[in-house]
Amino acid sequence: MTTGSDAVEQAAQERPAEEAGRAPDTDTTDEAVVAEHPKQPDFAQLWVCGFLGLLGALVIVDAARLGGFAASNDPIGPKPVPIILGILLFVVAAFYALDVVRGGHGEDEGANAGQHFDWKTIAALCGVFIANALLIDWLGWVISGSILFWGSAIVLGSRKYVLALAIAVVLALGTFYGFAIGLGLGLPAGVLQGIL
Amino acid sequence: MENLNALLDGFSAILTPGNLLIALLGVTIGTAVGMLPGLGTAMAIALLLPITYGMEPTQAFIMFGGIFYGGMYGGSTTAILLNTPGQSSSVVTVLEGFKMARAGRGGQALATAAIGSFVAGTIATIALVFVTPITVEFAIGLGAPDYFAIMVMALVATASVLGSSRIRGFASLLFGLVVGTIGIDAVTGQQRLTYGVPELANGIEIVTVAVGAFAVGEALWLAARRRNGTDEIIPVGRVWMGKSDWRRSWGPWLRGSALGFPFGAVPAGGAEVPTFLSYVTERRLSKHKDEFGKGAIEGVAGPEAANNASAAGTLVPMLALGLPCNATAAVMLAAFQTYGIQPGPLLFEEQSALVWTLIAGLFVGNAMLLVLNMPLIPMWVKLLRIPKPYLFAGILFFASMGAYATSGQAFELYILLALGLVGLGMRRFGIPMLPMIVGVILGPMAERQARMSLQLSGGDLSGLIGGPVSWVIYGVIAVIALWPLVSWLRRRSRAAKDRELVAA
Repeated sequence: MTTGSDAVEQAAQERPAEEAGRAPDTDTTDEAVVAEHPKQPDFAQLWVCGFLGLLGALVIVDAARLGGFAASNDPIGPKPVPIILGILLFVVAAFYALDVVRGGHGEDEGANAGQHFDWKTIAALCGVFIANALLIDWLGWVISGSILFWGSAIVLGSRKYVLALAIAVVLALGTFYGFAIGLGLGLPAGVLQGIL
Repeated sequence: MENLNALLDGFSAILTPGNLLIALLGVTIGTAVGMLPGLGTAMAIALLLPITYGMEPTQAFIMFGGIFYGGMYGGSTTAILLNTPGQSSSVVTVLEGFKMARAGRGGQALATAAIGSFVAGTIATIALVFVTPITVEFAIGLGAPDYFAIMVMALVATASVLGSSRIRGFASLLFGLVVGTIGIDAVTGQQRLTYGVPELANGIEIVTVAVGAFAVGEALWLAARRRNGTDEIIPVGRVWMGKSDWRRSWGPWLRGSALGFPFGAVPAGGAEVPTFLSYVTERRLSKHKDEFGKGAIEGVAGPEAANNASAAGTLVPMLALGLPCNATAAVMLAAFQTYGIQPGPLLFEEQSALVWTLIAGLFVGNAMLLVLNMPLIPMWVKLLRIPKPYLFAGILFFASMGAYATSGQAFELYILLALGLVGLGMRRFGIPMLPMIVGVILGPMAERQARMSLQLSGGDLSGLIGGPVSWVIYGVIAVIALWPLVSWLRRRSRAAKDRELVAA
């Protein structure tokens, strides 16, 4: 087993080197990938602990509201499980925080820790995704799905606007005819009802 | 004998032109999705689940059989050619496989992986045919407390054995358990953790969790790092193996299969441990020790076989106990449930024809892969050349389509995105995903068994400990839980001894 875990470590160490050797991308800020991950503890991990603690609180608050009546066919009711989960969440959050302070990190030696995080692109991608969710019932899958594909491709770095749009429309029409009409899947036609 | 007859019936159900076509379709799409970086077998099934909604259960399960092996096969191809293990079970394959590809032996690496997967898949599926009925017989005697104990063991083991950090494993597990709790409580009908949102009353589907965390999460992860363009892909020549490759491969195939299947069949055994064990064994036994680390074919043949055999092994607890222990089995179980079929000891009695068709489908899919894909590998590799923006735009497109089509509500898309953000966080912080997936599906099942046990005992906690089976299992759980303490003590005593030696 020791040799096995050595192998993993070896693989984990090699991967950043591979990335560093890769040709830089056209318009991205990838220097952070090359940068050595910091020796000091990765305190950003404390966000995870906070999230776990918050989740624990939400679970316990909700469980407290449940009617804890015990029937003969269900002596413990729905309450104990969420309460146990909530307590365990607090415990794990605490130990997690302890681990972080001691310099613990996740898989791959925390190799992702030092990397640049492109919040703008994430937000844009989420925006495209939400647009689809908002528009799907009104505009229908063919239009909203096309927007989803085209928008995601552009956000993720494609600069071939027309090609991406063509692929998007073909995919959306293809899936609509194939799945909704062919296989009876519930995809909405939306404003194009009657045209498609 | 009875089983063999049932299996033959399964084969006769498959060997019609229409069903073979479905199997072919499953194998093809499974390979295609499995090859996409960052996805894997589980994702192949989860994303393709909506396609099967319009089908009869038999056809759907023939397709799952094909997708199952196709997805695994696709995953190993990506691992060898891209140096990115799509799933943790491919980590070991990457070690020697990528080096082989670099050294111009990519064709041989892919060939030994493909043939090894076929050999291991066949052996493991045969073992499945014989082991599953035995497991069923054992399982019929189990009561609710025993099931509860087995499920707790599976949960604790996936969280603590796999991955490098226990605390992160448990964090992931707890998140999964909380997600599994959302919705109407089956016994009392009270809503839990819905916070008044009516769409949450039916709970969150395991498939949504898997697709959200893996597929949407991977797309967001790509967005976070904006590593656009395509990865370096090593060209593959002809996929073939020379005489010496065969001589060096067959031993590792067989040993890998033998290691993989039992680990897969044990709840929470996983594919990671047997692939590592296989790698270590082959390195020790090899006559070409110097080649290890530079691209030794044994280091691809053994772990790949172990990986496939263990995947087939996980179907044993899934079918016989209704206990999914990896993401693929969890998604398969969800697929069963969409057809109103509950895996477990009764499955073989109630849905005998269906189960044996599924198993026959595994054999057929496995054979098809070998015949069709060996010559087609160079074509598959072209898939990897699709620029990342289109690839992930397509993944988001199909993930959204599946989520909407399943529920008919746009709300499902918001859940998908929320879980995608969780998946993004888990990638950033190196938190394993498997415990979460297993927690979502096993948590509610374990709660049901626990409440059933307590119902039998009238609320007395002793009801949770049933017969000898649960005693043994709680013993195993204690060993798993206390193991770090033991190894710490051992390390300490060794360190103390070293100090004494130095002092002397």
